[in-house]
Amino acid sequence: MGSIPTTVKHCLSYEQLFEDYPWLRRWLQEEKIITEHEYPKFVKIVEVGPRDGLQNEKEIVPTGVKIQLIDMLSATGLSVVEATSFVSSKWVPQMADHTQVLQGIQRAPLTQYPVLTPNMQGFQDAVAAGATEVAVFGSASETFSRQNINCSIDESMLRFQEVINAAKERQIPVRGYVSCALGCPHEGRIEPSKVAEVAKRLYEMGCYEISLGDTIGVGTPGSMFKMLQMVKKDVPIDALAVHCHDTYGQALPNILTALQMGVSVVDSAVAGLGGCPYAPGSTGNVSTEDVLYMLHGMGIQTNVDLNKVIEAGDFICNALGRRTNSKVGQAKSGTL
Amino acid sequence: MRAAGIKASQALPETVKIVEVGPRDGLQNEKVVVPTEAKINLINMLSESGLTVIEATSFVSPKWVPQMGDQVEVMKGIKKKPGVSYPVLTPNLRGFQAAVKAGASEVAIFGAASELFSKKNINCSVEESLQRFDEVMKAAKEAAVPVRGYVSCVVGCPYEGKVAPEKVAHVAKRLYSMGCYEISLGDTIGVGTPGSMTEMLEAVSREVPVSALAVHCHDTYGQALANILVALQMGISVVDSSVAGLGGCPYAQGASGNVATEDVVYMLHGLGIKTGVDLLKLMDAGSFICRALNRKTNSKVAQAACKL
Repeated sequence: MGSIPTTVKHCLSYEQLFEDYPWLRRWLQEEKIITEHEYPKFVKIVEVGPRDGLQNEKEIVPTGVKIQLIDMLSATGLSVVEATSFVSSKWVPQMADHTQVLQGIQRAPLTQYPVLTPNMQGFQDAVAAGATEVAVFGSASETFSRQNINCSIDESMLRFQEVINAAKERQIPVRGYVSCALGCPHEGRIEPSKVAEVAKRLYEMGCYEISLGDTIGVGTPGSMFKMLQMVKKDVPIDALAVHCHDTYGQALPNILTALQMGVSVVDSAVAGLGGCPYAPGSTGNVSTEDVLYMLHGMGIQTNVDLNKVIEAGDFICNALGRRTNSKVGQAKSGTL
Repeated sequence: MRAAGIKASQALPETVKIVEVGPRDGLQNEKVVVPTEAKINLINMLSESGLTVIEATSFVSPKWVPQMGDQVEVMKGIKKKPGVSYPVLTPNLRGFQAAVKAGASEVAIFGAASELFSKKNINCSVEESLQRFDEVMKAAKEAAVPVRGYVSCVVGCPYEGKVAPEKVAHVAKRLYSMGCYEISLGDTIGVGTPGSMTEMLEAVSREVPVSALAVHCHDTYGQALANILVALQMGISVVDSSVAGLGGCPYAQGASGNVATEDVVYMLHGLGIKTGVDLLKLMDAGSFICRALNRKTNSKVAQAACKL
């Protein structure tokens, strides 16, 4: 949508403009109202249970269980299942079996299995293990970046550029994550402009999709709206995803807000796997089951079979010896 | 059915009135029965948190609801804060009279949008139940006691399944024209989503002014806050909730029921909406009652906050 040159504005009165260009009044109104369009017809779910979920669980599950979980998730219709992380097992022991997992799963023909690759070493290991999509993690918070991956945001971007370049050569798509998009455990409030800046960098470097993460779940529809308003100025809305944590119970209304603003990719974890390292005992990832329940109730298609996801959730919770975090899962198991 | 598009920037209400139903709806649906003293203490703590409406108890026969057997002592024992209303449930004239005698100055009546639910719950049809309430309405008018009307099963019934929005609108309209000043629309089994919620609210708001409507969402399927958000976007500015998310769901064992007041307040404040509620004091009340009930809170905000 082009803007009216200021010279033109000076020459003509607005009334004249509205008369000559009937579409103009509506266009101006649309600019004022942030979103007039309907909800997306289809939402892609990015299932992060096997990676983000299991990485943040106290119990470490055997490789065989991880593989079975991923295979069950593949059978639900999910088109993206984040399988594992090629980060040093010194830092993340839960993901030490990354190669065996990636090589052991039965890949569904229409499903992608992205893996995390924080640096070139991880990327090379991932490719050697057969990875066909990778992901890199940036942060909107300088302090979080330093505490989490021991370097500044700028330094991390340099590392990711290496990975993205290598991925480009092999035609491997790269997904970019921005953590602390709605708040940081160290810095507190995060400026939406900072989130936009990091998202834009990752997008321009070559990430096909940017997942905006509410890492500590403090966001509300208010802060989600403001953040997305800023980010969508720099990154096309259909390249954006939301990764909401349910630590304060706000995930579903936050996701709803994102949908209202045109986002159509949502990250979630089966059974709401994965706690919050910054609020021990609290929940982390929003549960895939609860997200699906909402989307299907709104008539939005996902191509995912909710009952099969519930089954996969039951399976992994049994293996972990814990109750599901999904309210839908809890209700279905208790319904008379 | 596709949910109608809603403007994300649609003007939200500047203030929202929270109707705290923990001491009644919450405690009534908890397995453990707390002593009268604990109930009174809870209500007093809630009164100090800035809430302006606290549903105190229920004047239904203790034969049916033993948890509310101490209704008179609770009513007489609480420290009523000026500016705060303490409505009580009154299912019939006898209950109404007992309530007024015990000092109640606001009451509530319950209708269902589902025939089967009405039959199973109170053993009569929806129309018959509304006629019973006629007596209560008359007596309340004479005594100048405001009456709040509840409609249950507004987006789903454990027996009938889907409930027609027109039926909900019909019952809401009846209660409103009978004289209820506010109609609280209850998603009794928590099955609603922003889709069914919008459809239902559109139908009801054609019959009852939106300023007289409230939503009473259950979080059984985790949908409550999303449902409340769409309700706010449609102009609703009264929300029922229960401290610590007290009260399970009798139709899904082990599942949650009422949405937690703390989580609602967190969302509203994050949206810049005023509630007058002090979240910290509210959480104190929540910790207190959870200790008394010997159970964990259902509020995610409380779970997260007390660990930091």
